[in-house]
This record gives sequence, structure tokens and C-alpha cells, in this order.
Amino acid sequence: MEMLVYLIPISLFLGGLGLAAFFWALKSHQYDDPEGDSQRILSPDWEEEPRP
Amino acid sequence: MNTAVPTQVSGCPACAASPAAEALAEQSKSGDARILLSLPTIHCSGCISAVERGLLAHPGVKSARVNLTLKRASIEAAPDVEAGDLIKALDGVGYTAHELDRGLLSATENDKAGRDLLMRLAVAGFAAMNVMLLSVAIWSGAEAATRDLFHWISAAIALPTIAFSAQPFFKNAMRALSVRRLNMDVPISLAILLAAGMSLFETTQSGEHAYFDAALSLTFFLLAGRYLDHRTRAVARSAAEELAALEVPRATRLTGETEEVVAIAELAVGDLVRVKPGGRMPVDGIVTEGTSEIDRSLLTGETLPVFAGIGQSVSAGEVNLTGPLTLKVTAAGEDSSLHVMADLVAMAESSKNRYTSLADRAAQIYAPGVHLLAFVAFAGWLWISGGDVRLALNIAVAVLIITCPCALGLAVPAVTTAASGQLFRKGMLIKDGTALERLAEIDTVVFDKTGTLTEGRPELTNLNDHDIKDLEVALALAEGSSHPLAVALVDALNEANVKAATVTDLKEVPGYGIEARFCGMPVRLGRAAWVDAEASEMTATYLSVGKASPVSFTFVDRLRAGAEQAVAELKAQGKTVHLISGDTPAAVQAMAERLGIENWVAEALPEEKASAIGAVTRAGARVLMVGDGLNDTAALAAAHVSISPATALDAARVASDIVLLGVDLAPLAEATVIAEKSVSRIRENFGIAVVYNLIAVPIALLGFATPLAAALAMSLSSISVSLNALRLR
Repeated sequence: MEMLVYLIPISLFLGGLGLAAFFWALKSHQYDDPEGDSQRILSPDWEEEPRP
Repeated sequence: MNTAVPTQVSGCPACAASPAAEALAEQSKSGDARILLSLPTIHCSGCISAVERGLLAHPGVKSARVNLTLKRASIEAAPDVEAGDLIKALDGVGYTAHELDRGLLSATENDKAGRDLLMRLAVAGFAAMNVMLLSVAIWSGAEAATRDLFHWISAAIALPTIAFSAQPFFKNAMRALSVRRLNMDVPISLAILLAAGMSLFETTQSGEHAYFDAALSLTFFLLAGRYLDHRTRAVARSAAEELAALEVPRATRLTGETEEVVAIAELAVGDLVRVKPGGRMPVDGIVTEGTSEIDRSLLTGETLPVFAGIGQSVSAGEVNLTGPLTLKVTAAGEDSSLHVMADLVAMAESSKNRYTSLADRAAQIYAPGVHLLAFVAFAGWLWISGGDVRLALNIAVAVLIITCPCALGLAVPAVTTAASGQLFRKGMLIKDGTALERLAEIDTVVFDKTGTLTEGRPELTNLNDHDIKDLEVALALAEGSSHPLAVALVDALNEANVKAATVTDLKEVPGYGIEARFCGMPVRLGRAAWVDAEASEMTATYLSVGKASPVSFTFVDRLRAGAEQAVAELKAQGKTVHLISGDTPAAVQAMAERLGIENWVAEALPEEKASAIGAVTRAGARVLMVGDGLNDTAALAAAHVSISPATALDAARVASDIVLLGVDLAPLAEATVIAEKSVSRIRENFGIAVVYNLIAVPIALLGFATPLAAALAMSLSSISVSLNALRLR
């Protein structure tokens, strides 16, 4: 049972990591165009270099 | 944030969709223009690449990014690039586009409230998951010190989360209570606070039951419903703003010798305004220079163009057809005839606002009932147990949690989100939250003719009545004009493989027609009086060759795609279809017969349209009005629910509940089916919630409800309600 002292903080930390990742995604506008992004991944267009 | 933008754009094209504020800041640095276009017809990845490629091929365009969710494209371009050119370029690759006013849109683009809700939802979800895991251990038999430890950890997670995530409910409940009223949020807040407080007390007493998991999952499910609701509303609100922004109003003002393009708001009475052929009158005014013909179909429904010369007064919204006109402004902005009808609309609107949605009706019964039930449980157990406050409070909290409108909070938003998404894919924008419910109730459909059932584009009807020689001359003349009748004539004759005759001295006489010389004879194509012809009642243009008697080319308005199908399907659904138009009886009757509509009214004035709808409504019918013109505005507002095409005048689009984005009318019939289906789903969802409550409430009242039972009842009802809503797809 002493394991709980480690396991509970670890599980909370890992869950918090997921929450932080979600916040980051939200803040960097990754939920602005969910439909477009799901289509773009199938787009055959590509560029040699990123657009200036 | 601003400094990060350039690196973001170059490093990752996918991050280029930066919000308005950042782009505006960047724009002020580089002097680039940022243009926003609405693209109602895009739907796939092919569209995205075609549109972006088409835009980037245009000189001066630096970057173009399509947002498929909002059906918009945002473009960074050199300052000299005009939105009009880009719209033409997109038209060339097959997509309709409209310019959007950035100022109006910036508010919705950074949807702060939506992001805020999503963040609260995420925090609540995270906390609910963790506390639920700890609760599983307790339910499966953790005892004594372990149970207490788990309860304390749960409390440590739950209390701050509730303080943060449940704020929207607390605020709403406070607002309602401060005006001494009850809303859905009052029982919700009470349940959450009581459950948390009760559980904390139980924990300090090493009690057996703590409801932290229930308080958190309640918060989570209700926030999910709130978020869906917010998103539907945000889309509707942004749609309304988008429509207001669709027509960016500008006018060309003449000051002395110079011309400048200004916003309509800056115009004052007495200013001189130039209107080019093909342009729309920005203001009410009197013609001081030039002659032309004007198309008033959007205002009155007449299809026949009207002559305009010096001294003629014109109204905002009319379209100038052939020659440039100079107007002296008599009324601008709020005073112009476009806005005069606002009173009529406002009157009709106020009657519509009395509609109570299904959710509100449910809440009116539910909120007092929940409180009453919890209070009865508390008082009853206090009496039975002989004064055991702790036990009575425990049971009252269990009753509150179980009856709390978790599923009810999800029942409506889940369905409306699914339904409006489906309608959006079919090209219909829902502007009003209750429009879907009202659409489901209709049994009568009233159509306007010009611009709604028809495209407002003429089509030649008597091609075969003419000599080939006349046709050749007519083609040669018509090619010299951009008048809609001339354009229609050219289209029809080209299709019939007519070759243009050779004419000389071709010149257009604005307001009258086109004249030229053919084999030494004068030839004219234009208005009846000008070519000495007898004017007929039909929309027509007349041709005279030398001394020969003039011949007429008659036109009918081209039927909108899907109009026949929509009318036929609506009739097949058992709905009564009416046609009310401001056009001449001959034209309206022809259209009614072509579509098989028995009830038609012609030459109806705007007030008559609205009162006709009022009469049908008083007779007990629920009316769907479909119209586009200014003369339809009052009728649109008076009807139970209204739809207008995107080509309609802004006043009409503002007055209507649903906007048809595409050209096709066919989705109209499907929309009523979707609306009926979604309302029956909402009813089913209420039914499911009631059944769960019927089972769970007696258990809670009898004091058998454990935290496990509460968690099960809540999750099961919420999930089954959401799944039922998704069946709509």
C-alpha cells in the first residue's frame, strides 16, 4: 500500500501533462479549423521549401 | 505574441492561421492588405488546394489560407490588390466568393468565450477522470485509513476544480437570483455546492459516502452541453455578422472634379454620387446627370427595367443598368428607403420573440420541481429519523445530484449542433437558435417570385418567331451592351449558332438602347417607345430594321436551380404552397402554372405581403416565408420562420432566420425534414432523461442512493442522450 504514495502523484502528474498539452494546442490555434486540417492531411500538394 | 508571428508563418505553414489582431499588427508594419473572403461552396480538400492555388497565382498575393470550418479564406496581399479581382479570379476556377468586412468579423475570430469554456471543460474532465479512478477503489471496498486518504486526495482535486470550472453556472445562478428568479443554473449550482460541501464534511468525519466524483462529472457533462450550445450560437452569431459584412458598402463621391471612394456612412444629404453601369444605388437620390435604365426587382419584384433620366428619384438598392448616373443624395444610411422598412420589421419581430423554445419550457417545469423534491426529501427524512440532520442532508444531496438536469442540459445542444452542422453542409446557415424548432412546425410555405424562385436573370422565349436576318442584326446590336436583356439575348443566339451581321456606327444610347447602321439602314434595339413599337406586358426588348415594323424579343425570368424540385417535394410533404409577388399578374400566373402552385397573388405591396402572411397565420397555419427582396422583408419577419438566399439584399437576410448559401433551392425540402427529425430527437432525449429520473429518484428518496448509483445514473443518461443526438447524422 505504500506504493500509493508514489503512484498517485505520478498518475496525477501524467494526467496534468496531458492537460498542459491540451492547453498548448488550444493556445496555438490548433482548434481553429478542425475540418480543414482533417482534409489537408490528404492533400497531394507539397512544397520543396516552406513558404516565405 | 506579435514578434512570434513571422517565424511561425515561415516555420510551419499550418500555423499561418493567425488571428485578426496579430495579422492587423503585422499589416500595420508591412503595409500589406489583409482580405477576408467568404467561400460558401467549398467542401473538400480539392477545394482547399484549388482555391489556395488560384489565389496564390494572382500577382501581389503573399499568402492565402483557407479555413474549411468557417468556409473562409484569409489573404495577405500587396496594398494595391483589390478584393474584387480576387473574387473574379476565384470565379474563374469555379468558386463563388464574397468579401467580408474584417472589422465586423474580428470579434468572432478570436472566440474568447468559447476558448474559455473549452479550458474549463478540459480541467473538469481531467479532474473528473482522476477522482473517478480514486472512487473506483473506494467502491470496490477500500476501508478506514485508505478510504479517508482517497477522500482527502479527491477533495484536494475537486474543490479547486469546482471553484474554477463551475464558475459559469455560479455566475448565471447569481444573476437569476439577484432578480429573484429561478433558472436551470440555480439547481445546478446548488447541487454542485451542496455535494462538494457535504462530501468535505463527511470526509472530515471519516464518513462512508463522498460525492466528489458526482459533483465533478456533473460539472463536466453540463459544461460539455454549455460548450456545444455556445458553439452553435457562435456560428449563428458569426453568420449574422458575416451576412452584415457581405456587402461592404461604398460609394463614389464627386467633389468638384475629383472622384473618391468613401463609406456610405460618410455621405451627407446634398453630396453628388456617381453610380457606374452595373452598380447598385448606395443611397436614395435624384438623378442630376445621365440617362440609364434601372432594375428595381429587389425592391418591388418587378422584372421590367425602368427608364431613369434627369429629375428621376431612385432608391438605395436599385441597380443601374446601362449608363453612368450622377445622383444628388436625398437620404443616406439610416434614413434611406432601405431602412424605412425597419419599423415594419421591428413590429413583426416582436411577435416572433415571444416563441419559447423546448428547452426553456422544460426548464420552467423542471427547476422548481427539483428544489421541491430535494426539500421534501430533506424534511421527510428529518422527520422519519427524528432529527438526524446529517442523514437528511445526505439524502437531499443525493436527490439533487440525481435529478440534476445533466441529460437535459445536453438534450437540446447536442441535437441542435448535429442538425445545424448537417444543414450547413447542405448550404444552409441557421441564424437563430430556435429557428430549427420553428421550422419543424410549419405547414404552409410562401414563396416570393423574383430572385427567389427565379434567379432574376432573363431568358429568351420566342427565338423561333423571328427571321434569321433579324436575329443576326439583333445579335450584332446586343453584343454592344451589357444590359441584362442584351446579355440574355446574346447567350440565347450564340447557343442557336446565329452569326452576327456586320453593322457600322454602333453606339449605345444609355436609357434607351443600341443603334447602328446595317446595309445603309438605321437599326435599333431597345425600349418600345424608342423604336416606335407597341409595348407589351411581358418583359421584352424591341428591334427595328429600317422602315420595317419592329419585332419584339420576349423574356421570362430564368427559374432557379432546384425550384421545381423544392416546390414538388414540399407539396409531397403535404404542405400548402403560396406564391406572392410584386410582379405583373401575367408573369406571376405563368410562374405559378409552371411550378404547379395554385395559390398566387400578384402586384402585392410590401405591407400586403406581410398582412397576407398575418391572415394565413391567424387562420391557424405556421408559415415558412422564402424571399429575397426589400419588399419581402416585413413578410419575412412576420412569418413563423423565414429563409432567404445569400443573393438577397442585406435587409432581407437580416430579417430571415435561415440563409441559403448556394444557388440551388432543392435543400429547402430536406431542411424541413431535418428540422422535424431533430425536434423529435429532442423530445426523445427529454423522454430518456425522464425515464432515468423515474427510476433513480425513488431510489434516492428512499435513501438507497450511493455515490456509485449517482455516478452510474448520470453517466448513462448523458451518454445515451448524446448518442441519440448523433443518430441525426
